[in-house]
Amino acid sequence: MKIVIDTDKCEGHNRCYSIAPELIEVDDYGYASAAGDGSVPPELEEKARLAVDNCPEFAVTVVED
Amino acid sequence: MADVSDKMDASPPATDPVTDWATDYDIFDADYVANPFDVWDDLRDECPIAKTDRWGGSWMPTTYEDVVEMARMVPVLSSRDPIVVRPPDDGPSDHGDAPDASAYTTVNAPPISSDPPVHTWSRRLILPYFSPKATALHEPFTRQLCHDLIDAHIESGQIDGAADYAQQIPPRVIAHLLGVDPGKAGEFTEWVQGVLEVGLSNPAVRTKYRMKIREFFMAEIADRKKNPGDDLISDLLKAEVDGEPVSDLHVAGTCNLLLVAGIDTTWSSIGAALWHLAAHPDDTRQLVEDPSMLPNANEEFLRAYAPVTMARVVDEDAEIQGCPMSAGDKVLMNFPAANRDPAAFEDADKVIIDRQRNRHVAFGVGIHRCAGSNLARMEMEVALGVFLERIPEFSLADPGAVTWAGGQVRGPRHLPIRF
Ligand code: HEM
Ligand code: SF4
Repeated sequence: MKIVIDTDKCEGHNRCYSIAPELIEVDDYGYASAAGDGSVPPELEEKARLAVDNCPEFAVTVVED
Repeated sequence: MADVSDKMDASPPATDPVTDWATDYDIFDADYVANPFDVWDDLRDECPIAKTDRWGGSWMPTTYEDVVEMARMVPVLSSRDPIVVRPPDDGPSDHGDAPDASAYTTVNAPPISSDPPVHTWSRRLILPYFSPKATALHEPFTRQLCHDLIDAHIESGQIDGAADYAQQIPPRVIAHLLGVDPGKAGEFTEWVQGVLEVGLSNPAVRTKYRMKIREFFMAEIADRKKNPGDDLISDLLKAEVDGEPVSDLHVAGTCNLLLVAGIDTTWSSIGAALWHLAAHPDDTRQLVEDPSMLPNANEEFLRAYAPVTMARVVDEDAEIQGCPMSAGDKVLMNFPAANRDPAAFEDADKVIIDRQRNRHVAFGVGIHRCAGSNLARMEMEVALGVFLERIPEFSLADPGAVTWAGGQVRGPRHLPIRF
């Protein structure tokens, strides 16, 4: 699984970051991007899905391998 | 202090009782302020975008879909005047006679009162002070402050969760963040209530307090120019946009916003969460036993008791979401009602502290997303965490004595708790 942030949609709510800090990086302005290449280890898949379901801007998606 | 808080306790401005909420709602109606939820539920079924001529006139969407779509209609729905009740056209403005005043439309509080392009750069100027990393720096200060507040009441077995606790926290955190005299916190509270509570329905009071705030920050700005420091105001004065320094008026406007947007709102949220917990001992027990549930519970409190409803102005006559809107009409960004829409949330009317899927919009949505949301979350989590740690069992001393402020910022103002 990969987590993807649509940076055009992200408004920096940081919901994804507080749910899954292992998977998300936040810049100095509070905007999010996927950590590394966005790969989600199996034990973090549930967190990744929660990040998707809690972003008010619908900016987070996951892509199943 | 007395003059505003006394008025604040007075009942909301007297108006004729509402008989038809779809065509004649009143956001200052006393029953609506205490319980707006049933009104929104009825409207969603009958007339999802209500209208009123009261208080200068406005439209009120109640579904998640409408609110979120309308919040994104920039600049058709403009942010130039986010307060519903207008000052008289010939009344004093808070721009003074600065030459660039027109860039800031009728309220000088960038970025909340700006549309792009001013919005874009003025928001970017402040965002770095409110990132998760930057706000974490204020956590130890906030935690100590919360403990001190509890210390002052722990022996007595009673505390006003609103006036003695929630209300005391944000003004001091903001003073800390802006690098201004913490002894000013009491005055900040008075000014902000003057603007956002009494002033919401009384533009003359609002203008008076806006002027006080502006004078205060203009003096701080003059001082920082002589003695620059390592603080937000000094940094804003050094900032350049397109090679030009930012005007003093702009800096004062932004400081005004940080004060006004950061105080009433956050204290309303902390108070509403304490009100909920005081009446729901099962939720309290769970959070005391497992404090790691708090961040998630906090999002649920934000969803269920979202305090903030800013407004937009219709830029030109247009049909919006099927409603014939005219240039100049106000539209309420009813984030609190969106958060209660059963089409967007399962069991929307229930407070479920371990709710997993919660795309709430208490901090707004789109380009005006609350710039202070990370700070507000930190303040709420620390305030509730310390309260639960020090006072693990508590209840409302007198449910009938609880009072609420409302209109565009809703939260408890008296919340007598015993423990
Ligand atoms: C729980 C507490 C808070 C809530 C519920 C809240 C809510 C909101 C909402 C709904 C908006 C969007 C308004 C709109 O769409 O017109 C907003 C904007 C804003 N808030 Fe907050 N707020 C809170 C606390 C704070 C704090 C602590 C600060 C900073 C000290 C702050 C600073 C701002 C600023 C600067 C904006 C304007 C952003 C922009 O227009 O780009 N807020 N807030
Ligand atoms: S929750 Fe959504 S909007 Fe917020 S930082 Fe994450 S991606 Fe951006």
